[in-house]
Amino acid sequence: MSGNFVIGEAAIRAGCRFYAGYPITPQNELTEYMAEHIRNAEGGVFIQSESEIAAINMIAGASAAGIRVMTSSSSPGISLKQEGISSMAACELPGIIVNIMRGGPGLGNIRPSQGDYFQATRGGGHGDYRTIVLAPASGQELADLTMDAFDLADKYRTPVMILADGMMGQMMEPVIFKKPKPRHYNEKFMLRGAGDGKSKFIRGLLLDPIDSEEHNWKLFRKYEIIKKNEPRFEEHRIADAEAVIVAYGTAARIAKGAIKRLREHNLKLGLFRPISLWPFPEMQLRSLAAQVKKFIVFEMSTGQMLEDVRLALQGYADVEFHGRPGGAVPTPAELANVISKICDKRD
Amino acid sequence: MSKIVFQHPRSLKHNIFHYCPGCGHSIVHRITCEVIDEMGIRGITIGVPPAGCAVLAYNYFDVDMIEAPHGRGPAMASGIKRSLPDRVVFSYQGDGDLAAIGMAESFHAANRGENITIIFINNAVYGMTGGQMAPTTMLNQRTTTSPLGRKQQLDGYPVKVSEIFSKIGGATYIERCSVSSPLHVNKTKKAIKKAFQCQIDGLGFSMVEVLSMCPTNWKMSSVDSCKWIDDVLGKEFPLGVYKDEIAALQNEAEAPA
Repeated sequence: MSGNFVIGEAAIRAGCRFYAGYPITPQNELTEYMAEHIRNAEGGVFIQSESEIAAINMIAGASAAGIRVMTSSSSPGISLKQEGISSMAACELPGIIVNIMRGGPGLGNIRPSQGDYFQATRGGGHGDYRTIVLAPASGQELADLTMDAFDLADKYRTPVMILADGMMGQMMEPVIFKKPKPRHYNEKFMLRGAGDGKSKFIRGLLLDPIDSEEHNWKLFRKYEIIKKNEPRFEEHRIADAEAVIVAYGTAARIAKGAIKRLREHNLKLGLFRPISLWPFPEMQLRSLAAQVKKFIVFEMSTGQMLEDVRLALQGYADVEFHGRPGGAVPTPAELANVISKICDKRD
Repeated sequence: MSKIVFQHPRSLKHNIFHYCPGCGHSIVHRITCEVIDEMGIRGITIGVPPAGCAVLAYNYFDVDMIEAPHGRGPAMASGIKRSLPDRVVFSYQGDGDLAAIGMAESFHAANRGENITIIFINNAVYGMTGGQMAPTTMLNQRTTTSPLGRKQQLDGYPVKVSEIFSKIGGATYIERCSVSSPLHVNKTKKAIKKAFQCQIDGLGFSMVEVLSMCPTNWKMSSVDSCKWIDDVLGKEFPLGVYKDEIAALQNEAEAPA
């Protein structure tokens, strides 16, 4: 199955019953998959929205109604969704936003890229908030993390982003779908009409600065819990590594290819792959600095996760960087060549 | 035997309106709550207040409510209604919210024939932000951002929302009313009731546009504001039913296959 299809199928299996989206390459197959399949699930709703802005607000409405919801887009469209993502974070509405990144800035191009790391991990819209960001690196992980994203969104009542790129969306890999967990979402957070009882309201506007500050601190405390509980990462060939590449998503796959080649030339390289980009697995990366003194960050950008790596390592190790922005995708051979030069230069 | 002829609507909370004296919002809130009571739909109604003066509508409407980002009410209402088709879902919007920043969301909700109701308050200015030019501001009307009056060469023309929406295939019922006099208030109430009934009967998109007073930003007395609606605003935006497919759709539904 292609990556975009995998996300769609995993979402439906996880109980997603409302999807709204707007066409944009390279994620159209996901929108098309939802158009065809979500209606087959009981209560499933698909709306092709008039814009990305409308799509995110549609899912916000359905989320408030207590439904599991998802929207998807690619970089320029995700910029448009930011108003709604900020609003969902403020109103504590769970929902999944899939970003199949393409080259930027502006319209950029339709090739795979990782230029949206800052936007994804720093909230992206206005205001003091974060979204959980998961970065799959295989078809299997697209399936698993999409399902997990729904559980995390409900657990913390917050929007969760799946951050992949055009390569992940378009490539085909065999996948086994795991059994979804039963949903636990308290009805008191749902807006379904007051019945005979007290009416509820959901709002993001808090005119009183005391209320507004407390709301921000409440969100902050929630984010601190997420930072403690939810970092995810993979370590690859770390045990004897003298230098470690830090990369996520497609870049991490390329890095694995490069590591395999370079180990044949006796370069002891490993890979640290953040799976959750926010919360960034900073403690886990920092603990590696006791063993490894050289880290090479590789991204399909001019260096964004690089800043998180530096913050995590706090100067305990050297940090080098290699990147290809704007939709350029290096081969493992090219990356291996660059890394061997970096290692030669310093050793 | 005495009979109650006037009382506080059950669906209207006992909070003092924050609206300016003479503002039309409080009237529209009240009559909408009266309609909700009369139809017995308080428990199944979900409202979507806008950004604008009515952003605090949840302080007054005793129904479930979720505040939408500026202009996005119809998209949010679409999401709620599609998820909960047996609820009564309405979006409450001002002229800037509907006809400027949220035109796309409103237009396309109508075009999809979303089975929701929009209560559209047209007072020809941005009220909450201090009286700037709105899409429905009259030609030559002075506002804080059209200090010399609105000029069509620079600012375009007042947007005729009901006229435009009446041409949208998905729209079922569109009426423009006013709250400038008790007679018009009663007509507006009837229109809102008809719109909700249209929704309950599953007949699709309904919108009631209400010409409403903004004495503060018009810099007029309350009485003069009502008069200005009758004499000036109402001439640019004539009252009336712009589209009513309710009977036709009902006949279609009842006709043998």
